[in-house]
Amino acid sequence: MTTALRFRDLTLGYDRHPAVHHLDGEVEQGVLLAVCGPNGAGKSTLLKAIAGVLKPIGGKIERGGFSARDIAYLPQAAEIDRSFPISVFDMVSMGYWRTAGLFGGIGRDKRQKVFDAIASVGLTGFEDRTIATLSGGQMQRMLFARLLLQDSPVILLDEPFTAIDAKTMQDLLNVVERWHNEKRTVIAVLHDFEMVRGHFPQTLLLAREKVAWCGTSDALSPENLLKARRICEAFDREALECERVA
Amino acid sequence: MFETLVSPFIEFEFMRRALVGAIALSIAGAPVGIFLMLRRMSLTGDAMAHAILPGAAIGYLIAGLSLGAMTAGGLIAGILVALASGAVARFTALREDATLAAFYLISLALGVTIVSLRGSNIDLLHLLFGSVLALDDATLLLLAAISTLTLFIFALLYRPLVMETLDPGFLASVSGAGAPTQLIFLCLVVLNLVGGFHALGTLLAVGIMMLPAAAARLWVADVTLAIGIAMLIGIVSSYLGLVISYRAGVPSGPVIILVCGGIYLLSLVFGRSSGLLRLLRPRRHLEA
Repeated sequence: MTTALRFRDLTLGYDRHPAVHHLDGEVEQGVLLAVCGPNGAGKSTLLKAIAGVLKPIGGKIERGGFSARDIAYLPQAAEIDRSFPISVFDMVSMGYWRTAGLFGGIGRDKRQKVFDAIASVGLTGFEDRTIATLSGGQMQRMLFARLLLQDSPVILLDEPFTAIDAKTMQDLLNVVERWHNEKRTVIAVLHDFEMVRGHFPQTLLLAREKVAWCGTSDALSPENLLKARRICEAFDREALECERVA
Repeated sequence: MFETLVSPFIEFEFMRRALVGAIALSIAGAPVGIFLMLRRMSLTGDAMAHAILPGAAIGYLIAGLSLGAMTAGGLIAGILVALASGAVARFTALREDATLAAFYLISLALGVTIVSLRGSNIDLLHLLFGSVLALDDATLLLLAAISTLTLFIFALLYRPLVMETLDPGFLASVSGAGAPTQLIFLCLVVLNLVGGFHALGTLLAVGIMMLPAAAARLWVADVTLAIGIAMLIGIVSSYLGLVISYRAGVPSGPVIILVCGGIYLLSLVFGRSSGLLRLLRPRRHLEA
C-alpha cells in the first residue's frame, strides 16, 4: 500500500486560532475514509487544507506523487452562481480543466465521457438544461458527474449528502463505491453514523485534536464520541500561545 | 431613404470615422459588458469610468488635448484603482464594492479638482461626453487596437473567466488562474473605458458596454450567443445613433447610447428569454 497523504504535526486555523491542532497520520491510497466530529471540529478545514485552498499555519501535508491541484474537491456549500446561463453539459465538462486547459478541445470520446458521467449520476436528458432549472439534489448529482471527469487519485467530499433524498443518496453512494473499486482515495465528511458504519471502513474522529483514527467501529465507540463532544467549540479569546513541539 | 441612411457616410469622412470608431467600441465592449453583468459588476464599469478621470486630467494638464498623454493617464489611474481595490478586498474585511466605491470617489474628487485648477468648463465637457465626430487617425487606430487586443485576450481567458464567474471555488481548487483572471479582466474593463472616453466620454463609455449586454441577456440564456447579440445591438445602435444625430443635429455620443437604451427597453418587453411580455400572456403549463 502506498501513502496518498501524510499529515505531519498539522495545525490549521483562522486568525492564529487553531481549528485542527497538531494532527499526525497518514491516508493510504485507495481507502474510504470518513471524517466525523461535532460542529466546529475542523472537518471542513482539514478538507480545505488537503485541497490546497487553505495554507497550514503549522506542520505540513505531504502528497504522494500528485499536487493539490490534482485533488478533486466538493466543498460543503459550493459558491456557484446558479443564475449563470450555462448548460449542465458545459458545467460538467469543466471537470476536464486539468487536461483541456485554456484551449484543449473536447473531442468525440471526451464528449461521450461527459454523457456517460451525466448518465451515471442519473441526469440523462438534462444535458441542455441550464443549471438554474436544477433542484438541489439534481445540482449535487451534477457536481458528482463533474468530479467523475476530474479523474483524480484523491476525492474530497464535504457533507455531500446533506438535504438529499434516499434515492439520490444511493445513486451517489454507488459512485463512491465505484471510485473505491478504481483504487481512488475518498475522504468524506459525514454526520450520519449509520451510513459511515455501513460504507466507510475507516474513520477519523476529529474534535480539533485527533480523538480516534482507526477502523470505523472502534473509532465511533461511545467513549470516543463522548470525548469528542466534550471538547469545546468556541475560540478562547484569551488563549495563550501554543508551545507544544512536535 | 438612401439619402437618409447612406449618403451622410458617403459625403462626410467624419461620419465614416465615427461609424468605424463606434463599431470598434461596440465589438470589444460586448464581451466586457456581458461579463461585468454576469459578475454582478454592472455598476463597477461606471465607477471605473469615474476613476479614470484624474489620470486623463493630469495627462491633459501636462500635454493638452494629447491622445497619448490622456490615454496613458487614464490607463494608469484606472488600473491603479482596480489593483488597489482588488488588493484591499482580498486582504481586509471590506468587500470589493466598498473598496471600489472608496477609491473611485477619491479619484473622481481628485480629477474634478485637477480639471478645475487649470481648464475651462469646455474641457470638462470633452472629457465627460467625448467627441465621436472628431476622431483623428491616431484615435481611430487606438480604438481598433484596443478592440483587437480585447477580443484576443478574451479568446485566451474565456474558460477561466467563465469558471471564475460561475464557480470560483472550483477554479481555485484546480488551478491558480483565478486571481490573474480577475485582474486581467479588470484591466480590460479599464482599457475599453479609456478607449470609449475618447469617442463617447467617460460617462457614456459605460453605456455602450452595459446596455447591449443587458438587452442581449433578455433574449438568450447562453453566454456565447449573448455576446454575439450584444455586439450586434452595439453596432446597430452606433449606426442608427449617428444617422439620427446627423438628421436632428444633436450630439452623436448621447444619441448612440439613447438608441442602445431604446433597444434595451424593447428587449425588456419582448425579450424571448426573460422579457416582460411572457408575464402578461402566460401560456398554459405543460404536462411534464
